[in-house]
Amino acid sequence: MNPLLSIQNLHVSFRGRRTTARALEGVSYDVFPGETVCLVGESGCGKTVSALSILGILPVPPAEVTQGAILFEGRDLLSMDEDGLRDVRGNRIAMVFQEPMTSLNPVFTIGDQIGEALRAHRSMDEAAIHDRCASLLRDVGMPSPEQRLRDYPHQLSGGQRQRAMIAMALACDPALVIADEPTTALDVTIQVQILNLFRDLQNRKGLSLLYITHDLGVVAQIADRIYVMYAGVIAEHGRAHQIFHQPRHPYTQGLLASLPGRTRRGRPLHSIEGVVPDPAYKPQGCPFHPRCTLAEPACRSEFPDLCDWGDDHKARCPVLFQNSQAEASA
Amino acid sequence: MTTAASPTAPVLEVHGLVKHFPVRRGFLQRTVGHVKAVDGVDLFLEAGKTLGLVGESGCGKSTVGRLLLKLMEPDAGRILYQGTDISLFDRRAMAPIRKDMQIIFQDPFGSLNPRMTVGQTIEEGLRILGIKPGPERTGRVEELLGLVGIDPSAADRYPHEFSGGQRQRVGVARALSVEPTFVVCDEPVSALDVSIQAQIINLLKDLGSRLGLSYLFISHDLNVVGYISDTVAVMYLGHIMETAPADDLFDQPLHPYTQALLEAVPVPDPDRRTERKVLGGDVPSPFNPPPGCKFQGRCPLVEARCREHEIPFFDAGQDHRVRCWKVMDGRDGLSPNGIPDRGE
Repeated sequence: MNPLLSIQNLHVSFRGRRTTARALEGVSYDVFPGETVCLVGESGCGKTVSALSILGILPVPPAEVTQGAILFEGRDLLSMDEDGLRDVRGNRIAMVFQEPMTSLNPVFTIGDQIGEALRAHRSMDEAAIHDRCASLLRDVGMPSPEQRLRDYPHQLSGGQRQRAMIAMALACDPALVIADEPTTALDVTIQVQILNLFRDLQNRKGLSLLYITHDLGVVAQIADRIYVMYAGVIAEHGRAHQIFHQPRHPYTQGLLASLPGRTRRGRPLHSIEGVVPDPAYKPQGCPFHPRCTLAEPACRSEFPDLCDWGDDHKARCPVLFQNSQAEASA
Repeated sequence: MTTAASPTAPVLEVHGLVKHFPVRRGFLQRTVGHVKAVDGVDLFLEAGKTLGLVGESGCGKSTVGRLLLKLMEPDAGRILYQGTDISLFDRRAMAPIRKDMQIIFQDPFGSLNPRMTVGQTIEEGLRILGIKPGPERTGRVEELLGLVGIDPSAADRYPHEFSGGQRQRVGVARALSVEPTFVVCDEPVSALDVSIQAQIINLLKDLGSRLGLSYLFISHDLNVVGYISDTVAVMYLGHIMETAPADDLFDQPLHPYTQALLEAVPVPDPDRRTERKVLGGDVPSPFNPPPGCKFQGRCPLVEARCREHEIPFFDAGQDHRVRCWKVMDGRDGLSPNGIPDRGE
């Protein structure tokens, strides 16, 4: 099966007056039809930058795509002109943002905003658009949808706003939905509702979901496959159970071990010492080496390769890989 | 202090704490209702222990923290700090106790003055409360920076030169500068990345046991609260719904809200991806809440009596209290007097 979306060796830099921040350095990932892929990483690792570059909505300048390709349904989005992109954006690929309050326009009704994509991409009359909007709101489980269409964003609760955002994204039956931290601003009991909604929509409509988050609990609940990002690099990727049960990168291992929980009470939490590197001053070699307990001299000078652990599970840590091979042959 | 605290004595005891904020509208600014942020809260914190206060946004947990420190005046209720009722103390009466009670805020970006060096920030409390003369203060600042894991030479630097995790360490150093016994931690790790969050939690835990601190740990994150707390109180719309030792609360949650809350926490294990019972509805507004049980609008067990009567706080076991009579049904001899029977 061909991937629906394929990011290949993407490099993105932000040019400052004095320094250049390398936000992405050779990021590659695929999303296949009907699957949920999670991009997980801490703030500043480049997960949102990669999503914005798919839609061509990076602020250029200061941002600049210096290398790479973004293939969607076989076409390279990076070489497409603005008209072509507009045809894809909101139509074939839609995005759900983190902050439903700031990403909805406060002076238009919910109905206006859901209908916007339909007016842009479909030739439908207003009555048909109204019906379609109402049925979209019903689809996302909004209580009394007809009435909500006439409401303004401030009249909805946080959870309802996020449902409206999802209805907007689904307006044109996109093949791919990119969701950037869609539940981070919500309370846990509301988060569950939204996660279930995503799962349900995916089963019903067969869409692909690229889900960006820092929350490993959420990732475990919805991901088919996971890409772990660190400092603009994919550190490890694999299926959900591989990443959670057999992590093969010291960063992934550290993240999982540092999760607080009741069962870990009484013992100090594992913590990854140090801080995420400034993208303008990244270390030589493996970007994780200053915080890594396994770092060897080679890690300080050579950029690590992706090591293949089999069954589509790959991690960018040759040290762990060689250790395990040495154990296997011993 | 008149009563010397014995090791098992509570640092803090709170009874019936109330704070309502009037909502005014219109030209005459008439009061049209109240936001019942805190509506009769009882808490108990033993010396050297950590009490976790969990709840969703708007439940009033931060207001409780501010009331306990007397950063706001309560409308009713008693706050016993080491046996002394401080709820009616004015500014002057509070002055001697101020150094015993400190707070660590959520946002390490907003809670440090950008125009002061971190050294000045940490020193400020010592200076204002006149705890140490000038020359000794510099040494104390360096000692505190070392205590929270920051190079003491960084005292002359400004907050923007630090990362979020380091700023939160400065916030901890500032709180500890005056040697408090009781510290309110208001969402202290919510703004931090996972790898940094673990560093700060470990720091708080370590300092807590070394310095014998008692914490009120306010958070919406059940994983963090479950890790750090000895006792947990679950808050909803200004009420404590359930309180119990942490293990009891997580193993045997009694209140339907606690159960729903625990159920909603995403488990970081893809093999435990069960269809979850979902709590319908939204987190309600604390503006003019309904009479009776505050959880009635979302409760799967709701009955007529829940809408009519205030629900008492039942004893449901060793230090385990719950504000729901459904879970008390069928428990013999536990019903307090004056509680209407089902269907009344």
